[in-house]
Amino acid sequence: MTNLIDIRDVRHAYRTEAGTLPVLDGLNVSVPEGGFVAVVGPSGCGKSTLTKLVAGLLKPDHGEVWLHGEKVKSPRSTVGMAFQNPVMLEWRTILQNVMLPLEIVPNKLTKAQKQDRARYLLELVGLKGFEDKRPSELSGGMRQRASLCRALVHKPEVLILDEPFGALDAFTREDLWQIMHQVKEREPFTGVLITHDLRESIFLADKVVVLSGRPARTQYVLDVPDTGPRSLDHLYTSEAAEMLAILRHQIEVAQGRAPAEAEPETRIAPPPGSAAQGMH
Amino acid sequence: MAYVPEPVRSPSAAVGAAGAAGRSMAGFLTSRAFLAPVGAVLVFLIVWEALVWVNGWPNYVMASPSDLPPAYARYWELFLVMGWQTLWRTVVGLLVAVVFGVLVGMVMGFSRLMRDALYPLLVGFNAIPKATVVPIVALMFVGAHDFNTVLIAFMISFFPIAVSVSIGLSTLEPEYRDILRSLGASQFTVFWKIALPKTLPEFFGALKVAVTLAFIGTNLMEIVSPHGRGLGALFDSGKTNSDYPLMFAVLIALAFLGIVLYYIVVALEKIFAGWAERSPG
Ligand SMILES: Nc1ncnc2c1ncn2[C@@H]1O[C@H](COP(=O)(O)OP(=O)(O)O)[C@@H](O)[C@H]1O
Ligand SMILES: [Mg+2]
Repeated sequence: MTNLIDIRDVRHAYRTEAGTLPVLDGLNVSVPEGGFVAVVGPSGCGKSTLTKLVAGLLKPDHGEVWLHGEKVKSPRSTVGMAFQNPVMLEWRTILQNVMLPLEIVPNKLTKAQKQDRARYLLELVGLKGFEDKRPSELSGGMRQRASLCRALVHKPEVLILDEPFGALDAFTREDLWQIMHQVKEREPFTGVLITHDLRESIFLADKVVVLSGRPARTQYVLDVPDTGPRSLDHLYTSEAAEMLAILRHQIEVAQGRAPAEAEPETRIAPPPGSAAQGMH
Repeated sequence: MAYVPEPVRSPSAAVGAAGAAGRSMAGFLTSRAFLAPVGAVLVFLIVWEALVWVNGWPNYVMASPSDLPPAYARYWELFLVMGWQTLWRTVVGLLVAVVFGVLVGMVMGFSRLMRDALYPLLVGFNAIPKATVVPIVALMFVGAHDFNTVLIAFMISFFPIAVSVSIGLSTLEPEYRDILRSLGASQFTVFWKIALPKTLPEFFGALKVAVTLAFIGTNLMEIVSPHGRGLGALFDSGKTNSDYPLMFAVLIALAFLGIVLYYIVVALEKIFAGWAERSPG
């Protein structure tokens, strides 16, 4: 089986006036079609750099990034991106903002079809009735939902989310988690989610990759047994508690605050048996 | 002070859409946005007149507003011709400044290296008092009067435009660029779809300064260079002939033209960057 996203032994360094700054060093991530991987790691370790490599905005110094069996050499329109800063264009309505990618990506849609597509997505994320509002008239959570629609409007194969919910309050964030599940059901994509919220990572993703401190390499991969929509209660099972404990420990290792026990890149299968037992 | 709105009807606009336009015009003429500044101008004229009258100043010390209408009546043809010359040369100078300023601003906004390289040069250039440049230009291109005037208007006004565009572009959040670039958009598309519209509020802010500067530049050239044209030259001839009411009439005409130009820019700003006006709250 080929993976939709394959990052193979990628190394990358930024060249600045102060010298070279190695950011990624031996990064391996693979995501099957329809998969949703969350990437966590210490701040400044190179997570956003990773998204730029996948999007083709940067070329790695060494190693390869493959998308759908093709080596990524330049940006491609099969990618959709959303960031922590939703960057809506203030001179456009929400609907026009969502339609922006359709003005760039070659397509044969008529104006009406583009509008329908954007309206459909806005309704999907609960923004029906806000199409003609200006971005400044919306709350932060609403803007982030609109930015999600913009990332999906051209039906990308890969959705890249770089800490999209990082600036939102806890309640809004949990709302958006639920919405993400609904969206993924109706608009299938292969996802990469950068986050610093461990609960978010296991709630949304089916695989969590922990990066080491800079220069980052793949330090740990956790498979999440649940896939598909789930309720927030899932975060309060002993199974979830166990996964969170593992991830928290791995982050401490990545930050250099705890000694590593497991070998790097060891794939630790989730212990469903033990977790299930713990529940009784 | 009661104000009775008079229906404004120029003979050419008396038919067709004039009905609706006339009504909204009447609405505007009774609105506070119109009455307040008109009232302020009236107060200003009254105070001016009173000041001259109380002090008993003769014309050659200070003309009073009541001296002006005769001056306009006598020279109205000159005012139209000279006013037009001043106007078009200012506007052409400003347009060249916009093109050149936007280009320089783009180069400096997109390239860090060019910004570092050009900035001190621009600042130094801007710091030179233009009154010193005027005679140099007048000597360099003797007789090319229109060209000289446009050149000074341009030189004095392009700096704020270049700086505002370069700042607008260089402070563009990288996410904007990434979203478009990740879809395969060209650098030009990024500029056209995002950078340019996003910079428009700064651009118009600078244009408001630039339009006044260009106007000053035009008049500087007109007054300083001999055998000049435009309102500046008319002012100069008033000085030579000790026609003080004429000099004051020119000043008022200049102020009027300056106001017109300024509000044209404001109207353009409303059209193209009206979205940047934040609603309160
Ligand atoms: N364009 C760049 N030029 C130089 N250094 C950069 C650039 N982008 C990021 N960096 C540096 O690279 C490191 C990793 O950045 P980033 O990938 O944004 O980290 P993260 O998203 O994990 O917080 C940081 O130390 C950052 O300062
Ligand atoms: Mg980041």
